[in-house]
Amino acid sequence: MNSTPFANLRVGIGLRVPHYRHILEEKPVCDWFEIISENFMVDGGRPLAVLDQILEQYRVVQHGVSMYFGNADPINREHLKKLKRLVKRTNTPWLSDHLCWGSVNGRYSHDLLPIPYTMSVAKHTAQKIRQAQDFLEVPICVENVSSYAEFKQNEMTEWEFLSEVVERADCGILLDVNNIYVSSQNHDFDPFDYLRAVPHHRVGQIHIAGHRRYDDIILDTHDHPVPDPVWALYAEAIQHCGHVSTLLEWDDSIPSFDEVHAEALKANQFIHDHDLVPA
Amino acid sequence: MTSCPPKLQTLADLRELQHTMATALMSPLTRDDSLRASFKDSAQALIKPRAKLGSFDRLEIYARQYWFRLLDCLYDDYPGLRALLGEKRFHHLSRAYLAAHPSESWTLRNLGRHLEAFIREQPKLTGTKQRIAIDVARFEWAQVLAFDEAALKPLNIDKLLGSDPATLTLKLQPHVSLLALDHAIDDWFIAVRNTTQGSRSEASNARIESRAPSKTKRVPLPKPQKLWLVVHRSGTDIYFKRLDREAWLLLHSLSEGKTLLTAIESALADATFDRDWSAQVREWFQSWAALGWFTH
Repeated sequence: MNSTPFANLRVGIGLRVPHYRHILEEKPVCDWFEIISENFMVDGGRPLAVLDQILEQYRVVQHGVSMYFGNADPINREHLKKLKRLVKRTNTPWLSDHLCWGSVNGRYSHDLLPIPYTMSVAKHTAQKIRQAQDFLEVPICVENVSSYAEFKQNEMTEWEFLSEVVERADCGILLDVNNIYVSSQNHDFDPFDYLRAVPHHRVGQIHIAGHRRYDDIILDTHDHPVPDPVWALYAEAIQHCGHVSTLLEWDDSIPSFDEVHAEALKANQFIHDHDLVPA
Repeated sequence: MTSCPPKLQTLADLRELQHTMATALMSPLTRDDSLRASFKDSAQALIKPRAKLGSFDRLEIYARQYWFRLLDCLYDDYPGLRALLGEKRFHHLSRAYLAAHPSESWTLRNLGRHLEAFIREQPKLTGTKQRIAIDVARFEWAQVLAFDEAALKPLNIDKLLGSDPATLTLKLQPHVSLLALDHAIDDWFIAVRNTTQGSRSEASNARIESRAPSKTKRVPLPKPQKLWLVVHRSGTDIYFKRLDREAWLLLHSLSEGKTLLTAIESALADATFDRDWSAQVREWFQSWAALGWFTH
């Protein structure tokens, strides 16, 4: 990856059902929307009708939750074909999915389960990302997930694993700074070590989000504004990665479009502050 | 209990690790939503303990997320069945169903695919309401299909003029479902929908708590009544429409690949002579064609 295929689209939000009516009727200004690919990998009906109206007005980037690059099972060709049909419909400049596994022997967890961080698994995962990228003919970014468990079989840190995979797959990173924070709290590591270690030139997109803190665990709930420690990581991330497309995820207890968008636009202050720092 | 390799050297090792973890996640939770104690060995073989939480507790988080997410999905997709059985019995049915039929699709949209068959196979779970529950499950699955199945290019019926009905076959749109029911589910469902509070929310990845039951006013049970129903989509909206028995039989025969002539003959085999069936069939076809139900 000599030059980045990931343009800076500025600040967007995740497209969610409660906002459909507002967006379609009011056509608010928004730099871009991220869609959950699986919600639109259907053959007809309201999902595609809404999507087509959104595509007339806005830039859309696809984000998936079921490619499961870390599965031991081979990549699902039928799934890829459906995904490619959607890629052609949206003209997404890249697409992202998670560095995780989620199904085995044909049974699906519908979760983003952590991968065991070993060299052999990194090679296997990278190979599957390459296969998907070749088939889909669009650049792929893989996202670091929040996790609540680490495998005893791990041979390296998560950020070493992420770096190994993306270098081998020659793909981008969707750096989720909320996920880094959540995992750092759950597994007792310094999130800034993580941020400093990943290959910054491969970061094509950043996710920000809120989470929920329990007594002994933090869960990646996407049901709150972005908390200060996550903004601090975001500020550090753009110091390293420069201007990168940024997206706020808000998936539960979703407030109004204006409230979600205003939360996302707080990112501009950090981008502005970054620009004021002499190189 | 499944073993788990201490070191991952091959793809088979990775598969074994994932199988071990998936087996734990997909096994039914205890009554108090805990992971079964029998998975302690699996947890210890898989997951690093840390000061705040041990291996078992960490595995349990994922198990709860799995169950709560899938239960939420059935809860959203089957409001009628929920109203019919009551929250507690519906929850019990859902847990038993998911234990017998874990998700086999990348999309949760297909989760209820086997629910009707499961209700037939497990009569104790729905008790005296089994027959109504079967009708409701069929009706709600038809709505899932009507929501996002394809609408293929509709057939222009005028272009079929002159075709030989003895060889002509017509296909129905994938979003069209034909249901022969034993209860007046359609009117009942509208009454339920009008009294149910709350609506589907966007699913987030994390699920740590069971959803609190919504408040549904009690609606009288649907009356026994033979119902010939079609569930379909027009534009982006889902509709259901009662049909005459003969009309339903005609469409059903066509959907099974019978020729137009055979379909008409079998539909009208028991018809009385007090109607002008020729005019009636023509009128049906005009209406169905206007709705775009036929395709190549």
